[in-house]
Amino acid sequence: MSDIVIKAENLGKKYTIGHQRGRGEQTTFREVLVQNARNVWNKSQDLIGGRPVIGGDTMEVVWALKDVNFEIRRGEALGIIGRNGAGKSTLLKILSRITEPTEGRVTIRGRVASLLEVGTGFHSELTGRENIYLNGTILGMTRAEIKRKFDEIVAFAEVEKYLDTPVKRYSSGMYVRLAFAVAAHLEPEILVVDEVLAVGDAQFQKKCLGKMGDVAHEGQTVLFVSHNMAAVQQLCQIGMVLKQGKIRFSGDIGNAINQYVQDIKTVGAINLAERRDRRGSQWLKFTKVLFFDSEGNILKQVISGQDVFIRFYYVSDKVMRNATINIAFNVRSIQGYLLTNLNSFDVNKSSMDLYKTGFFQCDWPRFNLRSGSYDCALFCAVNGDIVDWLQSAFTIQVEDGDYFNTGSIINREQGDVLLSYDWSSYSINS
Amino acid sequence: MKEQSTSHHDTVLVIEPGRTEKNYWTDLWRYRELFLILAWRDVSVRYKQTVIGILWAILRPLLTMVVFTVIFGRIAKLPSDGVAPYALMVFAAMLPWTLFSNALSEASNSLINNTNLIGKVYFPRLIIPTSTLVTAFIDFLISFVILIGMMIYYQFVPGWPILYLPFFIVLALLASLGPGLWITALNVKYRDFRYVIPFVVQFGLYISPVGFSSNVIPEQWRLLYSLNPMVGVIDGFRWCLLGGNSPLYLTGFLMSLFIIAAFLYMGIRRFRKTEKTFADLI
Repeated sequence: MSDIVIKAENLGKKYTIGHQRGRGEQTTFREVLVQNARNVWNKSQDLIGGRPVIGGDTMEVVWALKDVNFEIRRGEALGIIGRNGAGKSTLLKILSRITEPTEGRVTIRGRVASLLEVGTGFHSELTGRENIYLNGTILGMTRAEIKRKFDEIVAFAEVEKYLDTPVKRYSSGMYVRLAFAVAAHLEPEILVVDEVLAVGDAQFQKKCLGKMGDVAHEGQTVLFVSHNMAAVQQLCQIGMVLKQGKIRFSGDIGNAINQYVQDIKTVGAINLAERRDRRGSQWLKFTKVLFFDSEGNILKQVISGQDVFIRFYYVSDKVMRNATINIAFNVRSIQGYLLTNLNSFDVNKSSMDLYKTGFFQCDWPRFNLRSGSYDCALFCAVNGDIVDWLQSAFTIQVEDGDYFNTGSIINREQGDVLLSYDWSSYSINS
Repeated sequence: MKEQSTSHHDTVLVIEPGRTEKNYWTDLWRYRELFLILAWRDVSVRYKQTVIGILWAILRPLLTMVVFTVIFGRIAKLPSDGVAPYALMVFAAMLPWTLFSNALSEASNSLINNTNLIGKVYFPRLIIPTSTLVTAFIDFLISFVILIGMMIYYQFVPGWPILYLPFFIVLALLASLGPGLWITALNVKYRDFRYVIPFVVQFGLYISPVGFSSNVIPEQWRLLYSLNPMVGVIDGFRWCLLGGNSPLYLTGFLMSLFIIAAFLYMGIRRFRKTEKTFADLI
């Protein structure tokens, strides 16, 4: 028999999404009533006709996955990488039988356990002990199995003292440790894991990664989704890059990560207005992000040490004076480490005006990141309402420059961040 | 999706659109531990953070019974069944009605109460609504204690038909499961149905023979009245508990039985048909 444990052929998954027409332009009560009446009419027509009922006036078909083919052999660890909305989670959901594909087929040999979330089914009123049994059973362990591994799970989670305390009294760290500990003791032939390392403190993450590494070395097959490239590189030998529902690259993990980084570099060119994977109430939407130098020239890349300002262009349905605006973006290294967050609250600039179209500007004097590309998420809340939120909204391309004004270029290798500092030498007289 | 054993004693799973699971029912059996633990979770969480806890299961049917006895028995002066005390006759119907209405409400909301599970783990979804029946059953057992107390108080000894009681308990649960499955599946997509259930339950309490005996209904309307499946179940309960005082109206009972079976069949069919889309819609 062949050693292929998972074989996917022409896999595709389609979603139909309804859009609401002209939400922001409804001004009178009468118009709202007419709109709602039309919706009810359309919906009841659909219901009677036996068609699926979809909210909104216009419909759109989105292929979350399309023409996906791959094979995984026994004992391989596959890293699945790609931007948000690339179809990673959809793929894992199909493999875990949570949702059905629209076309194609998958053949799986062996017992699959999937871990799409830490602590699925945890109940806050129940104690740690009870939740171990509950969560373990939900993940597919038998009662006898849980009993056998119980002490091990408790020791791994380091919660011995609080076993009989309801988990609602746990700190978030303890909660995550307990949840992960249960999952780490699954013994399936195929383990499917989605971005679960994003939680917990760094030390515990390391412990979990170690545990998952052991799993992979014991001949179990692992599918692993993460934005943490360092973790993916450490755990997996082969990688698959997904882009807009299709396989962009598949092969050696090092090459896959390079391909992904290459892809991210071209992201800045994509118009933000067309992005669909956004959250928030959406009455304000970002359309593009541009970088400028102090003379006002548009920059394709930033040089370390340069004075830079960044403009975040938007369109808004509302015009406001002195709104409380928290606009923020965070900067992640390609390995997925969060380097910093730049927001209007921390610098006391949260009271700003809002226009139909306009831009927010962030000044970043003496740009202090080293060469490389940095992944940035963009967020904006107005008067406490999250209006737009985009993961991987844009990328900052940085080239090495003369940050310290010494006439020589600082070369990378030692970290990502540059700081202002000085050195001197003193003698101590005894 | 099907699973078959190969010579390698490992399982092969094929995932394809629209594939009917051949082993759905054996799969359900394989997940019995999940069924038990979900039921146990619901039971143990039910009365947490309430002051009088489990007493709620006793108070609700008891107070309703008192009100019904006063209104229908004393004020409206409706006749009781044979020599059975009116309060006892009402409570013998209150038991299956509370069992039915609790099971129906719990089952109907079960899927949307377990959204997090449905989006993150696979298991036969039928486990969720069926496991909620256990909670309703436990509540039933608790209020059954009141019935025993009342029988002692009225010095009423039930006859041999009480041996058939388990059958009618199962019937009450099945009567709630059929519509429950249907509604919980619809609830995933149209949350309107969560407002339907409290209404149905309130309405049903008055159109079912809870506060009065079904013998009050004129003979020519009895068969039509039995279209309400709970009529058969409640009459059955009274027959078991009060014996010869409440003879069973057989034609009507068979009608109720048929309606229950039909609802159950349609409920399961509807549920199985939409089951695979739950994760996408919820």
